[in-house]
Amino acid sequence: MKLVTAIVQPHVLDDVKKALEAAGVHGMTVSEANGYGRQHGHTEVYRGAEYTIELVPKVRIEVVVADEDATPVVEAIVGAAHSGRIGDGKVWSVPVEDVVRVRTGERGTDAL
Amino acid sequence: MDTGYTAWMLASASFVLLMTPALAMFYGGMSRQKSVLNMMMMCFGAMGLVGVIYVLWGWSMSYAEGSVAGIFGNPFEQFGLGGGELFAEDGSIVIDDGLPLIVDVGFQATFAIITVALIAGALAERVKFSTWMIFVGLWVTLSYFPMAHMVWGGGLLSDDGPFASIAEPIDFAGGTVVHINAGVAALVLAVIIGKRKGFGQIPMKPHNLPLTMLGAGLLWFGWFGFNAGSAYDELDVAGLAWVNTTTATAAAILGWLVIERLRDGKATSLGAASGVVAGLVAVTPAAGDVSPVGAILLGLVAGVLSSLAVGLKYKLGYDDSLDVVGVHLVAGLWGTVALGFLATGEGLFYGGGVSLLGVQIIIALVAIVFSGVITAVIAVILKATIGWRVSDDGESSGIDLSEHGEAGYDSGVIA
Repeated sequence: MKLVTAIVQPHVLDDVKKALEAAGVHGMTVSEANGYGRQHGHTEVYRGAEYTIELVPKVRIEVVVADEDATPVVEAIVGAAHSGRIGDGKVWSVPVEDVVRVRTGERGTDAL
Repeated sequence: MDTGYTAWMLASASFVLLMTPALAMFYGGMSRQKSVLNMMMMCFGAMGLVGVIYVLWGWSMSYAEGSVAGIFGNPFEQFGLGGGELFAEDGSIVIDDGLPLIVDVGFQATFAIITVALIAGALAERVKFSTWMIFVGLWVTLSYFPMAHMVWGGGLLSDDGPFASIAEPIDFAGGTVVHINAGVAALVLAVIIGKRKGFGQIPMKPHNLPLTMLGAGLLWFGWFGFNAGSAYDELDVAGLAWVNTTTATAAAILGWLVIERLRDGKATSLGAASGVVAGLVAVTPAAGDVSPVGAILLGLVAGVLSSLAVGLKYKLGYDDSLDVVGVHLVAGLWGTVALGFLATGEGLFYGGGVSLLGVQIIIALVAIVFSGVITAVIAVILKATIGWRVSDDGESSGIDLSEHGEAGYDSGVIA
């Protein structure tokens, strides 16, 4: 199994959700995140005073999928979140040893 | 009793009272998230204390007979609104020129409340609430009431004062009494109290601009009571003041936004909200004494001047948190002095000579010196005794929690 984590622009969340549903993913965890990449945030001006906002708001989407689904899921996310502009985000996957569904006690891919 | 006139003044008083909660929104939105409640509480605290003080000795110091050197009225002459001028011996309400005088007490009380609350914007995020409340009581007594007496109560800066022999000074609705007074106090306090931790180094950006926009809109609404209400029973002048208030404010929005567009590349919502206030401030002393075209010029310049002035605090190194100096002092001074050019009939542009301009400059300077000295004395005494600043930890963690034990927002699911 793999944990796929995506940090993307907040406004692409709906598109990513649709793409994941189309790719057969049934559940996900979404949380607010703040961060910056190579572009180091952006500049805002308030009454002439410039503020460099390094930590830009993003959303973090996490899904656990079977090994063979990881690549299509990552591609689905990238396809939905891509605009070509700076700040589109990152997607990565890491191995997961085990998953337990709390309600039933099912383990492994049965719990997904 | 003139029922139409009385109803109009009660409505105006209610409009002006709305300005202080509106100011709380305007300022609250500009504060950081961890300071929004304290900012609003400073405004509501002023409402509480000044609302009580005004009927005890505020009216008496502003308008009672028995002026002390033309600077303030005898606070005991009509203490608690007793003493005869407002109520007849049988307890009935005295009606003067069709208006129950008690209505004027309500109207004037709202001016005192908003003026003190205006100062709070310079002190955001670092001042003990207890010290603020003591300051409110002292300042309204020692600076606001005397200034109201001097300008509107027949004192030194009024039509009956010594400068009137040169030309009759004009302060239609509070350029000197309200805005220069509050603006100078804000500057003096900002310097004496010192900067917020991290001022100029960490971002202190507004946390809720929609709240600020709403506050600015409600201030505009309330300002109709402020300016048009100040015409009293001259309802034709009230109409002119209403139109000028809108015209100058509209022009000030444009002035501020043009500067932003040229300087920063973008016209911002904070700029529009700030332009509203700058225009309203500038037209306050002039609302009944300029033409609508004059009001456009007045407002446009006010928007430009204030937009440029708000950057001064970074250059000069004082932390006027929410730009009370840049907006109220600068636009208030401009409105007061501009009357020397723009007052219909008497201003320089109308062939009236330099006498009115000279008098307007004199009353502005007297107001600056008076407010500056009184505020400095109060501020230094409070600093040396009970102290102004909250603890460093309290300031870092947020003044809402440290001073009030509350948080404006639950920012997470685990609250």
